[in-house]
Amino acid sequence: MAIQDHKGIGASVLRKEDRRFITGTGNYTDDIYLTGQTYAAFARSLWASARIDAVPTDKVAAMPGVLAVLTGADMAADGLGGLPCGWTVKSKDGTDMQQPEHPPLAHSMLNYVGDAFALVVAESEHEAAKAARTLEQTIQVTELTPVVSLETAASSPAIHEELSSNLCYEWEIGDKSAAQAAFAQAAHVCELELSNNRLVPNAMEPRSAIAEYSSGSGEFTIHSTSQNPHLLRLILAAFVQLAPEHKVRVIAPDVGGGFGSKIFVYAEEVAVAWASRRLLRPVRWTATRSESFLTDAHGRDHITKAELALDEQAKFLGMRVATKANLGAYLSTFGSAVPTYLYGTLMAGQYATPAIYVEVQGTFTNTCPVDAYRGAGRPEATFVVERLVETAARQLRMDPAELRRRNLIQPDQFPYQTPVALVYDTGNYEASLDKALKLADYAGFERRRREAETHGVLRGIGLSCYIEACGLAPSQLAMDLGAGVGLWESAEIRVNPTGSVSVFTGSHSHGQGHETTFAQVVSQKLGVPFEDVEVVHGDTGRLDFGLGTYGSRSIAVGGSALIRASDKIIAKGKKIAGHLLEAPPDEINFDEGVYSVPTSNQSLTFAEVAFAAYVPNNVPTDEVEPGLAEKAFYDPQNFTYPAGTHICEVEVDPKTGEVRIIKFVAVDDFGEVINPMIVEGQVHGGLTQGIGQALLEHGIYDENGQLLTGSYMDYCMPRADDVPNYVVDMTVTPCTHNPLGVKGCGEAGAIGAPAAVMNAVTRAIGRNDLSMPCTSEKVWHAIQGNAKS
Amino acid sequence: MQISLKVNGEAHQLQIADNALLVDVLRKQLGLTGTHVGCDTSQCGACVVHLDLRSVKSCTLLAAQTDGHEVTTIEGLADGEALHPMQEAFRDHHALQCGFCTPGMILSAIDLAQSATKLTESDVRRGIEGNICRCTGYQNIVAAVLDGARRMKA
Amino acid sequence: MNEFVYERATSVRDAVRRQRVSRNAKYLAGGQTLLPSIKQELDAPSRLVDLSAAGLVGISRSKNTLSIGAMTCHADVEASSEVHEAIPALSKLAGGIGDAQVRNRGTLGGSIANSDPAADYPAALLALQAVIHTNLRKIPADQYFLGLFQTALRPGELITKVDFAIPDAGAYEKFPNPASRYAIVGVFATRFKFTTRIGVTGASHCAFRWTEAESHGPGVKDLSNVSLNLANFNNDLHASVQYRGQLVRVMTLRALSQV
Repeated sequence: MAIQDHKGIGASVLRKEDRRFITGTGNYTDDIYLTGQTYAAFARSLWASARIDAVPTDKVAAMPGVLAVLTGADMAADGLGGLPCGWTVKSKDGTDMQQPEHPPLAHSMLNYVGDAFALVVAESEHEAAKAARTLEQTIQVTELTPVVSLETAASSPAIHEELSSNLCYEWEIGDKSAAQAAFAQAAHVCELELSNNRLVPNAMEPRSAIAEYSSGSGEFTIHSTSQNPHLLRLILAAFVQLAPEHKVRVIAPDVGGGFGSKIFVYAEEVAVAWASRRLLRPVRWTATRSESFLTDAHGRDHITKAELALDEQAKFLGMRVATKANLGAYLSTFGSAVPTYLYGTLMAGQYATPAIYVEVQGTFTNTCPVDAYRGAGRPEATFVVERLVETAARQLRMDPAELRRRNLIQPDQFPYQTPVALVYDTGNYEASLDKALKLADYAGFERRRREAETHGVLRGIGLSCYIEACGLAPSQLAMDLGAGVGLWESAEIRVNPTGSVSVFTGSHSHGQGHETTFAQVVSQKLGVPFEDVEVVHGDTGRLDFGLGTYGSRSIAVGGSALIRASDKIIAKGKKIAGHLLEAPPDEINFDEGVYSVPTSNQSLTFAEVAFAAYVPNNVPTDEVEPGLAEKAFYDPQNFTYPAGTHICEVEVDPKTGEVRIIKFVAVDDFGEVINPMIVEGQVHGGLTQGIGQALLEHGIYDENGQLLTGSYMDYCMPRADDVPNYVVDMTVTPCTHNPLGVKGCGEAGAIGAPAAVMNAVTRAIGRNDLSMPCTSEKVWHAIQGNAKS
Repeated sequence: MQISLKVNGEAHQLQIADNALLVDVLRKQLGLTGTHVGCDTSQCGACVVHLDLRSVKSCTLLAAQTDGHEVTTIEGLADGEALHPMQEAFRDHHALQCGFCTPGMILSAIDLAQSATKLTESDVRRGIEGNICRCTGYQNIVAAVLDGARRMKA
Repeated sequence: MNEFVYERATSVRDAVRRQRVSRNAKYLAGGQTLLPSIKQELDAPSRLVDLSAAGLVGISRSKNTLSIGAMTCHADVEASSEVHEAIPALSKLAGGIGDAQVRNRGTLGGSIANSDPAADYPAALLALQAVIHTNLRKIPADQYFLGLFQTALRPGELITKVDFAIPDAGAYEKFPNPASRYAIVGVFATRFKFTTRIGVTGASHCAFRWTEAESHGPGVKDLSNVSLNLANFNNDLHASVQYRGQLVRVMTLRALSQV
């Protein structure tokens, strides 16, 4: 690629952060070495459900190298609080959800395999691990019958003694009677039962935390693999009550992927921080991959019944969805919101369905907690809507593209109020549908299918017209719905005296490339060379409070905060320039880094004004404060609504059931795009995770609550030869309510892809009763007409 | 036990435990933290280094086995400021996001490029099956490896 | 990781002598299965005797036989022009084991000594009338694979090389486990003048010959009614007995169609 001149908004600028990663000089949490550091290992439950009778620590404490054995009882005795859930969901009857206690280290009950009940701190990793394994073997427990099946969890005995049942909530959204009326007058009703398979996030960097406590200052410094270090600090202070907020510094250095799993506050970072104070030495812990499988919050895991009512013209009249969502053993940080407000609210999809009613039972089981994983609720919703629409088309013997087209919300209907609370601000769904159909050569499919048939191969094509709500979130709206925090974002821009710019954002990059895209935005806005803009993130000691990165919110919310802060910089610069150029500030123009007076030929560069701000010669400091640094907190007015069409074409070998993706087209509308190279990269990654869900990945527990797919030997991660070269394109309808016109792109691939793949495979084999992941064996059985599919 | 090992061109005499894994010696004894550990079943490839020019998983190799041999890690590829052609290709094709799998991926890619006269896209996709990336969807990695292989021959 | 003593043997004799010293000593070949097993605490040997310098690396060919040293790694088998000329299907098999890094370390001897039911080589050994040479004796492949991780090797017996008969034609067809990339089913079919041999791996508790199919010869077009004993077939997350049976039939037909 050539060296680029334009490095502002819209340019595929190569990433600033890459050099350290390609030379091995990144700084991930586990790379950090602290003098005097000790090693923690966690003793975890081997049982899905058991009562702790005794944790005999003497023998383990005497093992070589062991410095401390700290149990859940010790932690409770020290007065540490539990891990909270940040979103209170209300049931249909208006009552708050049932929330079990969630002590970071279990002290009375073990509720899933991997539930930590103690940590051992030792002089070496090996000694700590050995001692922890011994403790797992010597803990005395009474084994109980676990509740594992999602299907029967709600009616099984409560796994938490303090709760009346395993039902966390029975939530609803939409108008039940309107939906009922729609079904009563329907010409066709299409019904479908679906499951959304449990996934394990599997960021390649395992979770890790290193804590150091200074007895002199009473301050903690915690390095952690976090997507939102301020949230960790807040919870440690306000809920765990480890220390006051100003005595805790959380640093999330280079973080090796998150996909949601590093949003949450887990037992381990709480425990190592606590242990560092007890031992007065730094304490570190890094998960093994096996621990990641057992304890990183899982994703998805729904079973759903859905129905679609259509009239004679195949217009959608109504939709009803009933879902059972597995929340796992405890409520993870945002676990309650994912299958409700991030799921039920998306059931309109891209369609003008007038009546929708969704009910969700959130249930506890003796499995790893379930929370947001890339897409978080929206992939599950898209899967329901797009499998249902596809099925309806087949039942009506209609072209699936035509059925969708007939029901799309039209451009002149925006802003569009859906029957499930959201107001879509803008979109042009037919544009992305048309573009995708063309790129996929949809018209030529039948010819290709017949050609494949002559070789004994089944071929199918599947569409998925997805929508998502991201850019989380308007704070008031979120809090009205039960969120425990606002969801704005902060930015600070510090212009250095020499004119270079330091940008501080509360967003966090763990692969998304903020150091590049955010620099592009500020560079263009302030007219400063891209190279002179540095982006700082991930350190509560350097930044204002920030909400972090999830829900494809960074550019839409964090980027908008940057614009607001930049505006303030420019405004102050105008005041300074006004004094220097002897013109009123409102007569000063600022364009491409130059302050000028239109009525004269006088001008000053951005750097000259920055210098004058710090060396205020001829600037009256009683009118204009010295310095040039501004902060902004941006709260969005609405969600953003990326949407698009994904089309997957597959071949299936009927002899083995093997599925091969021949072509995958994704046409997405992300609004304005800051860096197309990075955006395409996000789409590729999301699609691969979506294809992984559809074809390969499955977190499976056996009836005893043991995770059967607990390593890469059994949990199938997509590899390079599992996926095709994607055809990625875009349409653009700018977001109407943020200053950049951006919508967010991080999750779209994972949201749209599963339905496209499953629609393609089911069409190829001519059978609809196929569940994800559609492994070769399942597909083969389905082709045989066997039940096991 | 004592071993003599050349790492990135520099000779070391190292006192190691018999059961020490190469990756732990690299990361903890030599401070070469560019080599990562992403799994415990020898599958993710984040720990790939070169042993006598061949790519190997340093989590599945005893340091003792490398006595008398030569190891190259990600830190040893660039020549001062000048990047290795495969490193350049990864940057130019946006073949990395979080960067965690990248060192292992680059070292696997260099071995692949060196051991084949001509690479196709499917050769590359198969050739890097021992390296898992969760971020990129592999498309840009494949493009980078093909381009990097060309640059290495140029 | 448990503690053990590491030693590097300088010859076969030296290796056997060192192995005998400890009760729970093991030979270390490429270590691609053994080291992960030790890491996962599935195995805890007290001593590892590294065979890398024991003189067991190499490939040679006589008129009817291809000999591969036990410590020859899969990548070298894959890349060997002698293997490619004599038994191209064996090159293909070696090139499909694990991943590139496993192939750079993992060895023929290590693979068959371990006798993982999903390993690739055992299918080839059966179909290629292989003879396994040890420090004590020669074992025909047909008498070598006895059960799940069970072989005819005696304690301390060390594989030195394997002789493969060079067939008139051979083919290997593998249906990999998408997660681990081991064989769910792998079928190696060969033709020697008028006889056909079919070695099957992955399907059962250990590799076996599907003799019922062999008798139909290479030209067979349909194996659906040929008897296949499913008694010892594996049933796991990745494939049921029934599905493995189907895959054996499909992979066998595909392999036979090439010989």
